[in-house]
Amino acid sequence: MTALGKLFRTTAFKLTLVYLFVFALFAASLLGYFAWNTRRLITDQITGTVDAEITGLSEQYNQGGIRRLVFIIDARTRRPGSSLYLVTTFSGDRLAGNVGIVPEGVMQRVGWTETAYRRLEDPEGHEHEALARVFQLPGGFRLLVGRDLEERERLFDVVMTAGWWSIALVIVLGIAGGFFVARRVLRRVDAITETSRTIMAGDLSGRLPVAGSGDEFDRLGVNLNAMLERIEGLIKGFKEVSDNIAHDLKTPLTRLRNRSEEALRTGKGEADYRAALQTTIEESDDLIRTFNALLLIARAESGEASTHMSEFDAAEVARGLCELYDPLAEEKGVMLRVEADGPTVLRGNRELVSQALANLVDNAIKYAGKGSAAANSASAEIVIGAQSEGEQVRLSVADNGPGIPDADRSRVVERFVRLEQSRSEPGSGLGLSLASAVAHLHGGDLKLEDNRPGLKAVLALPRSGPRLPNPA
Amino acid sequence: MRLLVVEDDRDAADYIVRAFREVGHVADQAPDGEEGLALALDRQYDVLIVDRMLPKRDGLSVIGELRAKGVETPVLILSALGQVDDRVKGLRAGGDDYLPKPYSFSELLARVEVLARRRGGREDTVYRVADLELDRLSHRVTRGEDEIVLQPREFRLLEYLMKHAGQVVTRTMLLENVWDYHFDPQTNVIDVHISRLRSKIDKGFSQPLLHTIRGAGYMIRDGAR
Repeated sequence: MTALGKLFRTTAFKLTLVYLFVFALFAASLLGYFAWNTRRLITDQITGTVDAEITGLSEQYNQGGIRRLVFIIDARTRRPGSSLYLVTTFSGDRLAGNVGIVPEGVMQRVGWTETAYRRLEDPEGHEHEALARVFQLPGGFRLLVGRDLEERERLFDVVMTAGWWSIALVIVLGIAGGFFVARRVLRRVDAITETSRTIMAGDLSGRLPVAGSGDEFDRLGVNLNAMLERIEGLIKGFKEVSDNIAHDLKTPLTRLRNRSEEALRTGKGEADYRAALQTTIEESDDLIRTFNALLLIARAESGEASTHMSEFDAAEVARGLCELYDPLAEEKGVMLRVEADGPTVLRGNRELVSQALANLVDNAIKYAGKGSAAANSASAEIVIGAQSEGEQVRLSVADNGPGIPDADRSRVVERFVRLEQSRSEPGSGLGLSLASAVAHLHGGDLKLEDNRPGLKAVLALPRSGPRLPNPA
Repeated sequence: MRLLVVEDDRDAADYIVRAFREVGHVADQAPDGEEGLALALDRQYDVLIVDRMLPKRDGLSVIGELRAKGVETPVLILSALGQVDDRVKGLRAGGDDYLPKPYSFSELLARVEVLARRRGGREDTVYRVADLELDRLSHRVTRGEDEIVLQPREFRLLEYLMKHAGQVVTRTMLLENVWDYHFDPQTNVIDVHISRLRSKIDKGFSQPLLHTIRGAGYMIRDGAR
């Protein structure tokens, strides 16, 4: 497609043409109306003058007969810019007037007529147009009074010429404007097309140009960019999941395989095989658990679970989990208690929020008991909090354990990251990632704060549930 | 117990049927929804095990059709979709229990046995196992002459175990039915609750009633029998 062809095909250009047509039509009808009215005005003026003259002349005739009429007409024709006059006998012989020749039969038709004529003083000159009235005088004479139409036609011509010129101008300017607008629009659209092409080719980091003028192209660009941001995030998450599956599931799978092989090779008797199989099953269960957690994170992060939202009391969730984990905490010598302000209602997926909070409590119990007794003489304690704060609900799990060093805090939320010293504890290492994914699903955040000493993990969730990003 | 396994994966179906036969149950199998529906309408089963995604006729539609025809046989849904909303959908369609794949056979067996027993409609006001007695109306628990004081949740835990006395109850079943949580709490919190309960009802008695079934779960039973 040639560049010009592309230009012609743009919506902007087509729209310009349509507007141009409509505008030209307007201009034409306006001018036409103007011209027509001017013409009518002049005609009215002529007929008025002519009627008045005929009335006057016929009166003169009635008073003074034909002689007086001829006399007056002769006098009038000598005045410059006079009307046209012709007096004939019944048979058509010319008696007076400044009109030389009129087409045959004109004098026979009484009333208004538009006719060609030649002036008396210029019988060979060009024909003029006149609007005239033929009047039957008593006694068989006929009187023609008229006005030359040249003036009227000239005015009409001027208006019409002006009309044509302005229409031509409108068309030329319109097409030029159309080209200009279309080129501008096309350039912006081409930029968007170009960027989307690179993005489609696999470079997800590309972003649409935003001019900053806040026009509709900018708004489109900003929204598309937000969409791309989201897609990029999802794809990145997806890639991370597959990378992690590859790396972190392969290890236990290899171990599983090696154990089975070893059992086959060196197993002596049923007891050995039985033990090996038992380990195999346990390890498979761990794998399945990890896998489920990964799937759940992926689903939460893709926003798929956001359709199952309802209102529930976060404080009750906190109390329920406290009750569930209390015996475990007690067994580990940790005090577990709830701090809630009373009903803390929020909109969300109750099951997922419970699970996220359970992960945090589980983590806290695993790590809180450690080192705290040594670090400070206070006994290990975990506080599950449910507080309203403005438009947010803060579900927190605070311990007084060793905490997480500042430098590591953002890292631990990533999938599978477990700090070195915690490798000895069982778990998939996905607890915090899951909690973070659930928080994101609800339009909130997982924050890790310093509890001095210890760690305070906070699920900060908007009370009214997740919101769609505001269109720019 | 007579079971019908409606599952299109031949290996999986064979495995389930074989395993059920080993523990002494009779199991038929159907490879697709149409045949499963026909068999379930034709014969008497104690429990139906239905895969969610089946050729010819979807698992949920099979259950819907059965319920519409007045067949009240308990149904356990097996599904590769393990999310909360899928489970809710399955139960709403008329399923009685929902087990996401992959599952352990002991979990499946425990759930199927509970489902089969449920048919009897055992809703006594007092549960008894040996000399342990639980009164569901007055919320009193006694063993022999001694009254045992339980926390509300411990009471519900014991109630569930005693309702299914003599049957294996898995950790997930307890988490679902006693706590109403449908997620995996990572650490086996249930074990600690059980050991607490055990210390209250079994401690000091020569005959333990609350047993741990290795690789499966827990069971309350009269040890003498």
